[in-house]
Amino acid sequence: MTKKQKNLLARILVAAVFFVPLYLISEGIVQVELPKWAMLALFLVPYLTVGWDILRKAALGVKNRRVFDECFLMTVATVGAIALGEFGEGVAVMLLYQVGELFQGVAVGRSRRNISELMDIRPDYANIEGEDGNLQRVDPDEVETGSVIVIQPGEKVPIDGVIVEGASALNTSALTGESKPMDVTVDDSVLSGSINLSGVLKVRTTAEFEESTASKILDLVENAAANKSKSENFISRFARVYTPFVCYAALALAVLPPLLGMLTGLGASAFASTGAMWREWVLRACTFLVISCPCAVVISVPLSFFAGLGGASNQGILIKGSNYLETLSQVRTVAFDKTGTITKGSFEVTAVHHNPIDARQVLEYAAMAECHSSHPISLSLRRAYGKPIDQNRVSDVREISGHGILAKVDGADVAVGNERLMNRVGVPFQHCHHTGTIIHVAIRGEYAGHIVISDTLKENAREAMEALRRAGVERTVMLTGDEERVAQAVAHDVGLTDYRARLLPQDKVACVEQLLSEGRGRGKLAFVGDGINDAPVLSRADIGIAMGALGSDAAIEAADVVLMDDDPLKIAKAIRISRKCLGIVKQNIIFALGVKAVCLLLSALGLANMWVAIAADVGVMVLAVLNAIRCLFVKKL
Amino acid sequence: MIIIEEDTTVKKSYKIEVDCANCANLMEEATKKTEGVKDCTVSFMTQKMKVEFDEGADPAETMRQVLANCKKVESDCEIYL
Repeated sequence: MTKKQKNLLARILVAAVFFVPLYLISEGIVQVELPKWAMLALFLVPYLTVGWDILRKAALGVKNRRVFDECFLMTVATVGAIALGEFGEGVAVMLLYQVGELFQGVAVGRSRRNISELMDIRPDYANIEGEDGNLQRVDPDEVETGSVIVIQPGEKVPIDGVIVEGASALNTSALTGESKPMDVTVDDSVLSGSINLSGVLKVRTTAEFEESTASKILDLVENAAANKSKSENFISRFARVYTPFVCYAALALAVLPPLLGMLTGLGASAFASTGAMWREWVLRACTFLVISCPCAVVISVPLSFFAGLGGASNQGILIKGSNYLETLSQVRTVAFDKTGTITKGSFEVTAVHHNPIDARQVLEYAAMAECHSSHPISLSLRRAYGKPIDQNRVSDVREISGHGILAKVDGADVAVGNERLMNRVGVPFQHCHHTGTIIHVAIRGEYAGHIVISDTLKENAREAMEALRRAGVERTVMLTGDEERVAQAVAHDVGLTDYRARLLPQDKVACVEQLLSEGRGRGKLAFVGDGINDAPVLSRADIGIAMGALGSDAAIEAADVVLMDDDPLKIAKAIRISRKCLGIVKQNIIFALGVKAVCLLLSALGLANMWVAIAADVGVMVLAVLNAIRCLFVKKL
Repeated sequence: MIIIEEDTTVKKSYKIEVDCANCANLMEEATKKTEGVKDCTVSFMTQKMKVEFDEGADPAETMRQVLANCKKVESDCEIYL
């Protein structure tokens, strides 16, 4: 509890101690004869003790021409009740209102901290070895790129880097949600935010603290709360209208029925005198005002979203804002990039069909030509070649998107790419009967053969599609640049509903647009990619999901939802989390507004007194806050 | 080729202290109406306020005005400038 809250708690306790005996006296349960003015004076002690700051704020509000805030409402309601001689009720309302405020402050503050802790991967310090061999703790901000830091068992990795000495197991669950430790040794890279479990590691940093993974993730999560969802905006707009509306309704309730009674005699017979009639209606109006505070709804909606974002990030699913959480819950179509999402993206050269030159030579030329590209295919070619590449032998490299690469190797023109590239350079080629990606190679305008590269499916790909279907996704479409044959085989194996093959990168955007127009009015479209080369598609879809994003800045930038590891099951999980969260938001809105509406009606009819009103107000808030916290528990979802 | 447009407006983030969610909404409204502020979001949950300033507006001066306006709607609030 903060100092302010402790102070409030003390005031509530003191006021309660005063109030209870007074109330018993005023209700005649304890027989003490006191004149009315003495009772009033005595009741004012707890009233002012607990409520002076509310009265002050109300006065300030009037001074600043902002009448419709809840302090003003509480002041009018309680002062009104006291003026009508209902001392007990007036004081009780103020007392309970403050109890509610205190609870809200403490509960919200605590859950805020809990959620923030869940997301807290911020390292506090870094160890640097001094000249005398002792470790010095320094601010990670001050560590320059390229310095060597020491990470002891149990400590967080403060900055991204590469291990230069030592071996250990790392817990990356704060980053990926994956609880299985990862073994690392010399030359492996380590990411900030993971926790060193067993051995001492010496790490050469490869980034500044600000640019490290942990800082980037934190930045993303902190900014997420600023992207407000429609529900949140609805609620703040609603609150803006609701409070003034109830105030005018209260005014009307206080004035119109008794006036009507006096003029026409309608309903006036129920009261002993005109005075009693006025008193009753004004009291009802005061009860109205007590119910007019919108805080229960206003607090529970953002709290639910915040808890949902926190729970998701704990599972390695970073969602960039509540608005995306909302969109995610409406997803009915999911489009996939094939590589890196459904398949592992670790390509391997499985065959080289060559003629007339040697297989090694075909591979060498291909690897040389592709030496600047970071495309997975290029990487696999270089891996298969297996020798270091002398880049001086390569010149005039030209990458033709969706086709392949043209380059000069040892002065000879080399074309490495798919059938389209061969057509483009006018070299006749041979078809291949293998399934996989076929890379044709032409040297000096002569066909030299082709290389077969295959990708493997992710273990969970099939289950992931099944999970998506169970989560209510009607359509799963794979978009790939691959051949029809490959695409069909993959789509059949994992159980996709549809696929589009032979797409150039720019075609993917058009394809997504087409899917968007087909699916209009039937839910949203999500695109899942690995963040490499698909930034435009990620941003064109209703919601872009990047997976396997750990360490890939481009993906974190471009996507709305970032899956830290590359498990495709997380897609369905993200959708289920969003559904649960939105469900809770809806429950809270309907519940809170429903109870308020019922209470307003009952108090207008004179069936609910102030006790009921304040209990409903505080009670609804407590329940809504507790319900909102449920969004945090998504582990088993 | 994607051309990323250079963003010339100044955005700043401030730590705030505010007790109730509705008050945070009121602060957001008050800030948006302040001269020199292009846009603003107040997050009750993270107790942070992000302000985007108009071009040419002086953030320090604008924020003093923002604080004064926020104090008017919610006397208990605080913005750590």
